[in-house]
Amino acid sequence: MSYEAIIGLEAHVELNTNSKMFCSCRVVDSTTSEPNCHVCPVCAGMPGALPSINKRAVEIGILVSLALNCKIEDVSVFARKNYFYPDLPKGYQISQYEKPLASNGYINIGDDHNTSKIHIRRVHLEEDTGKLVHTNDGEKPRGVSLIDLNRAGVPLLEIVSEPDIRSPLEAVNYAKELHSVLTYLEVNSGDMEKGVLRFEANVSVRATGSKHLNTRREIKNLNSFKALQRSIEYEIKQQVTAYKSNETILQETLGWDESNGKTIFQRSKEHSHDYRYFPEPDLPPLIVNDNWKNSILSTMPQLPHTKRAHFLSLGLTDYDARVLASQRKIAEYFELAVKLGSDKNPPVLPKPIANWITTHLFSIINEAGKSIDQIDLPQIHLVSLINLVHSGRTNASSAKLVLREMCKTGESPEIIVAQLGLQQTNDQVTITKTVDKVLANNPDQVTNLLDGKDSIFNWFFGQVMQAMDGKSNPDLVRTTLQDAIKKASYNRGTE
Amino acid sequence: MDLAFQSLAMVSDLLSTGDITSVELTEVCLSQINSSESQVNAFITISSDLAMQQATNADIAWQEWINGKSDQKPSPLNGVPLAIKDVICVSDIVATAGSKILEEFVPPYDSTASERLRDAGAIFLGKTNTDEFAMGSSTENSAFGPTHNPWDINRVPGGSSGGSAAAVSAGMIFGALGTDTGGSVRQPAAMCGVVGLKPTYGRVSRYGLIAFGSSLDQIGTLTRTVEDAALLLQVISGPDLKDSTTLQNKPPNYLEMLSKTDNLMGIRIGVEEKNIMGSLQPEVEKSVQDTIKTLRHLGAEIVPVQLPHTKHALEAYYLIANAEASANLARYDGIRFGQRQTGKNLWETYINTRSKGFGKEVKRRIMLGTYALTAGYYEDYYLNAQKVRRLVQKDFVQAFSKVDTIVGPVTPTTAFKIGEKIEDPLQMYLSDIFTLSGNLAGIPGISIPCGFDQSGLPIGVQLLGPTCGEQQLLTIAHIYQQATDWHKHIPRLEH
Repeated sequence: MSYEAIIGLEAHVELNTNSKMFCSCRVVDSTTSEPNCHVCPVCAGMPGALPSINKRAVEIGILVSLALNCKIEDVSVFARKNYFYPDLPKGYQISQYEKPLASNGYINIGDDHNTSKIHIRRVHLEEDTGKLVHTNDGEKPRGVSLIDLNRAGVPLLEIVSEPDIRSPLEAVNYAKELHSVLTYLEVNSGDMEKGVLRFEANVSVRATGSKHLNTRREIKNLNSFKALQRSIEYEIKQQVTAYKSNETILQETLGWDESNGKTIFQRSKEHSHDYRYFPEPDLPPLIVNDNWKNSILSTMPQLPHTKRAHFLSLGLTDYDARVLASQRKIAEYFELAVKLGSDKNPPVLPKPIANWITTHLFSIINEAGKSIDQIDLPQIHLVSLINLVHSGRTNASSAKLVLREMCKTGESPEIIVAQLGLQQTNDQVTITKTVDKVLANNPDQVTNLLDGKDSIFNWFFGQVMQAMDGKSNPDLVRTTLQDAIKKASYNRGTE
Repeated sequence: MDLAFQSLAMVSDLLSTGDITSVELTEVCLSQINSSESQVNAFITISSDLAMQQATNADIAWQEWINGKSDQKPSPLNGVPLAIKDVICVSDIVATAGSKILEEFVPPYDSTASERLRDAGAIFLGKTNTDEFAMGSSTENSAFGPTHNPWDINRVPGGSSGGSAAAVSAGMIFGALGTDTGGSVRQPAAMCGVVGLKPTYGRVSRYGLIAFGSSLDQIGTLTRTVEDAALLLQVISGPDLKDSTTLQNKPPNYLEMLSKTDNLMGIRIGVEEKNIMGSLQPEVEKSVQDTIKTLRHLGAEIVPVQLPHTKHALEAYYLIANAEASANLARYDGIRFGQRQTGKNLWETYINTRSKGFGKEVKRRIMLGTYALTAGYYEDYYLNAQKVRRLVQKDFVQAFSKVDTIVGPVTPTTAFKIGEKIEDPLQMYLSDIFTLSGNLAGIPGISIPCGFDQSGLPIGVQLLGPTCGEQQLLTIAHIYQQATDWHKHIPRLEH
């Protein structure tokens, strides 16, 4: 019997607002900031302190929900989720329960040949908890748990998918698409290693074709695409094995041990919390009217799938379109380059621009460990460089060198080509002279070539290019060399 | 003239003319406290040093204005000694909420109400006794001993704002803040023979008020006269960004209407036909009937009204208040502030801290509230209580479409003996039977002295008004006080 996996994902997205969800404390990078320096009576849950809603966080929540094709609720209600834990200052988390901010959305994932629509059940706003730091016996203070409340109260957006996902790879594609949308909207840094985007996966398996939903298990705190994929793969295997040996699956909450590649049991359903949700009496219902919604909608940038479709229409390959659309900054860099390229005479086409970005420019960026906006390369310089190559004023291998220099100095390609003396020689007389000289200096190799050892041709080509410091037009060298060898062959025949 | 028992308005006039100084007034209060506090136990903290320092500053402000050095007339509260119920945070003064768990808690922030009083130049003489977390009707549930009624020190002052009511009644202070979740301002006011005003829910910011039932809690005033209540309300009321549940409309001038007229011509006064809940003390009933007569003689028209759903108010009230309290009190876990009773592990620390820190009544209410929110019971208890609440609100809206105010008793009996009801929570809860429907509906109410029983214990009458109807409510009550002298009686404590 074959099995299929039924997977639903919950994403917890920290929103990069200036201040926290319910107070005016700054939102800081909680992995690097001095502990407990961004805390006030409200986010520390002091007696008598009251929350007030961060309007910007609501706007971001609406923006994301709209990007995920959700219906924004006219009225949503904050609720208290009650449980005791030291990282939760009030003894309850302010979240949304019965009436979330938005619901009933979807995103499409996959490529042109194979798309699937993943439905979004709900999107709601809540506050993050603080962080516990447990010290070991060797550390100071020794063997204690310390609380850092800098993260307590940071706005979180929870995005819950329907169980529409059928494989670990699809889960990762969904997560990546979400990541891409969030970074496009510039509401989250996307730095998953810092925990600003965390996933939980609900996984069950069933006989392929069955309509029945089996018991699911939940894997918490998945902080990388790799962990997401591996943990789901592992969990599917576990469950399939269990069903094959007629064991039952119990509803459980699991953790993920990345180093051992295993899930860890956390708690069973019987021990799951009764959160005793009830409407938060300290906050009035959140009303979103059409005016507000529309003004937020008007700030919506083009999203990854729109960009991708546009890039495909420019003649790019599916791969290039996907890569260039994956990040908003890259996409926008490319788009401006295309526009400047079309103004050139003759125009520089999108395809070569895409090639230059995805191959040469990316390798420079990756080596430097920077992002595209941190590189001092105006698009006009890139387009001009491609133009120099196409018009034969410099050759492709020189151009790679020029590109590196451009990124370093910020100078235009024309200046760098001149400075480094990389202008291409198209002078037929010089090339012919050099070819004749190289052939005359290597009579034995000429004989070998004429005796049928064709690979010698490339050796000659390299010798000529080297003799001209690599600056000659390779196409001209090739044809001149071919002509010269034909001539030599003819001469031998007539001897 | 015995300054100690003068009205706030009177001493404010004397301050503004330079006839007395704030330092003198503060000394009067301190000497009154000195002679009576051992019998009354109205205060948990007496902040005499702060008070004297504030009084010195207040005197400078009055002097500058009197001498023409400043053209900004100080607030009528400038230099007036006040007391604040110990569930309201005042920066840098211990705020116990009547609980052992907060015995040493010093808030580093002001409540909005105390901040507004501070800005007006009021003198903070101390923090008054209260039932633990305002949970009680007799001020016996205080970790710092019960407060005694100045009219008979063997009797309770009512509660939970019993300390504030007793302090005003005993001439220790010219006015005090209390809080009213189910009658905790109006009921002790009635039992101590002073004026207790509970404004509309949201009229006074709850920021810095240590929460009990967030959707019911409201800060109110305890004073000798209705005019004094208006003076205090004017300063503490109004929208506050730190409390999202505050009413957004600006409060009217509560004082300007007070003396416009001396009769009640055109005023329609509602009297509930079937309000008598079994055990109304005959003298209380007679005094209320006499009050209705007096009001009619002053020109008011008496109109019968029906409030059919208020018979379910008690049950609904205790479900909602306790449910909210169970979450509000979760933050007292010994982790960040307050007393910690360390155990072997985290859960034992929680259990020890809360077992030792909370009193019996608080634990009872946390358990009741937790139960009402538990999965499977939430619909039956919490949701049904909310339905009743809406019906009670509707009853009042309908009644106030016909009348300007509804008059009735405040409490079924005059002050009872200390210890009389403490072992019978249900009897204790019934002493709020006439006040708590006002909290469910969120409407304003005022309790004013209207007679004495055979033992010489004061009796109060309650006037309820529609949402934001404080101005008219105060005006009607003021006209009644101008025509009667019940509020001028003072208790005789034996020294």
